[in-house]
Amino acid sequence: MTDSSYAQYLDLAAGLFLLTAVGVLWRHQLAPMVRLFAVQGFALAAIVGILGAHHHSIELLLVAVGLGALRAGVLPWLAGRALRNAPAEARETRPVVNVASSLLAAAALTLLAYAVTRPLVALSPSPATTILPAAVTVVLVGFFILVTRRRALSQVVGFLLLDNGITATAFLTAAGVPLIVELGISFDLLLAVLVMQMLTTRLRAAFGTTDLDELRELHD
Amino acid sequence: MNTALVLVPILVPVAIAALYAAVGWRPGGTAWAGLLATALVAADAIALAATVTRHGPVRAAGGWLRADALSAWMLLGIGAVAVLACWASPAYLAAAPEPATPRRTRWYGTLLQLFIAAMATAVLAGNLGVLWVAVEATTIVTAFLVGHHRTRTALEAAWKYVVICSAAIAIALLGLVLLYDAARHAGLDGAHALDWSVLATHAHTLDPAVTRIAIGLAVLGFGAKAGLVPLHAWLPDAHSQAPAPVSALMSGVLLPVALYAVLRLKTVADPALGTGYLRTLLLIMALATLALATLLLIGQRDYKRMLAYSSMEHMGLIALAAAVGTRLAIAALLLHMAGHGLAKTVAFLSSGHILHHHPSSRIADVHALASRMPLLAGLFAAAVLALLGFPPAALFASELAIARAGASAGLGWAIAAALILVAIAFAALTVHSGRMLLGPRDPSTAPSTGITRRAALPLIAGLLGVTALGITIGPLSDLLNAAALAGAP
Repeated sequence: MTDSSYAQYLDLAAGLFLLTAVGVLWRHQLAPMVRLFAVQGFALAAIVGILGAHHHSIELLLVAVGLGALRAGVLPWLAGRALRNAPAEARETRPVVNVASSLLAAAALTLLAYAVTRPLVALSPSPATTILPAAVTVVLVGFFILVTRRRALSQVVGFLLLDNGITATAFLTAAGVPLIVELGISFDLLLAVLVMQMLTTRLRAAFGTTDLDELRELHD
Repeated sequence: MNTALVLVPILVPVAIAALYAAVGWRPGGTAWAGLLATALVAADAIALAATVTRHGPVRAAGGWLRADALSAWMLLGIGAVAVLACWASPAYLAAAPEPATPRRTRWYGTLLQLFIAAMATAVLAGNLGVLWVAVEATTIVTAFLVGHHRTRTALEAAWKYVVICSAAIAIALLGLVLLYDAARHAGLDGAHALDWSVLATHAHTLDPAVTRIAIGLAVLGFGAKAGLVPLHAWLPDAHSQAPAPVSALMSGVLLPVALYAVLRLKTVADPALGTGYLRTLLLIMALATLALATLLLIGQRDYKRMLAYSSMEHMGLIALAAAVGTRLAIAALLLHMAGHGLAKTVAFLSSGHILHHHPSSRIADVHALASRMPLLAGLFAAAVLALLGFPPAALFASELAIARAGASAGLGWAIAAALILVAIAFAALTVHSGRMLLGPRDPSTAPSTGITRRAALPLIAGLLGVTALGITIGPLSDLLNAAALAGAP
């Protein structure tokens, strides 16, 4: 892979990575949100794979395969299973922020990401670090979804987006944290999603819905 | 030998968790295995404390685990509170109005031990990445413990807890990722770039602009796990809905463990960025937490939430001491963590028994506790008095020391503001507890114990502990000095 094609592939994968996040923000149906999340997992694996090919690192290539299996396979499957168990929950009701404002917010968050990542890019300018703003935007968009969505499952997708963004940041800045830490993080993430999925089931049993507006019993 | 000292507190609770998962929770049988495991953890913590004060830090598992005096002090706190919580658990589960199913008690036993193992891993981690994984693991294992009662309120609390804490700790991860980036560019190799002891010695070579973002994000994330503003909203819900022994562990040691992570970050941040940056950040978080907790304590109508907000108030004080950051302040902070851990454990355990005799945890539902259930009322009152900072409880000495350290570090205005808030919280706690304890007894009801003598033993032990710490720290003084030195080199 030549240097210029390396940069182009990386830009392409990062573009897909960012677009899927905006897509999740745009859609209010849960099934497409989960599908877009799976595509994003693939884009993340592609970013890591391209980095691995460029650095001739077998370890990174293996990590890319593992990440792809987890984030484009297992996690979307888990989220999709939760959705199939409750077809009535398939749509976001009464969004706190409407689509147009959400997309405007995404634009603002992208600008913020560019501002925040300036010192990181300045530390070591390279094709990998120049696409850092895309990764940080995904972190911010994930956080935005977590705060503004009202369905339990959309919050899970927001949390997963947040985590995809952080993982991308880790690989783009320093080609990833040590492998044992990366394994621990992935394992924790998987367990966190399992816990959230089981809690969703119990919430539905207790409240008859996963609309978090119904969760109003604890307050001061 | 040294490796064993570091591994025992992690592996023994994991083994007992496997035992619970395999054979379940049997009252009179395996119910006491948890106490055995935590007693071993506590004994190991004492041995580890003796080793590190005499011979310096201990490393194990190729540097992934590392214990110095600060780790040993934290592990002692975990061991002490865990012993009390596991000692009180059988009586708590047996006294519940509707007995839990075997399936739920099996989960309870397993997850409680995994929770203790995760906290022990967090304080023994030699690497910030391992520390992060352990802190996130505490969120995962405690989520179901918070939802143990399966009521609507318990599930609501569990959901908020797991979502807010997972998101917050993800922010901390982003901070650690950026710190790793800065460390790699400062020439550290991959295995050492998140090792906090190596990072602290190479801190001056880190890029300041990147480190500033990294430390800010990490402190915000771990601060949320410690119940500090702005991501504190999970705390009163989770602490009030969890079973009492779990609330005791979450409030008494899990919050300090998250603050321990902040202390480790501080040893990296201060040489890299100067003391001003983290001090400002922590001062804002500490004073905002204190103010919010005090405000919500004033109008509180639920006594378990009252205890939860009192925990936030104490965490605010501890964060304030961390902001001061001198050696005296760190020593005071560590003593405060220990005293608060023991006193809050007794307060939560006794409130659990009070709840078993009343329809809800509303303060208005509890009257004249002192004349109806004298023993239980006495234990609750003593715990609240200790939390209020009455001598001879350890919190009296530690709060004075925090105030003195702050004043001599030139932060008199912050200390003054904090003391005013603490005084208001003091009044609120006194009034609310007074309403529960005092008042004329309904003559038609006979006095009852409310708590059996045997069930009261762990609570009495906790009160004795917090009193003993307040009178003299005796053999612990060397450890405390060494731990303060590790926290403020």
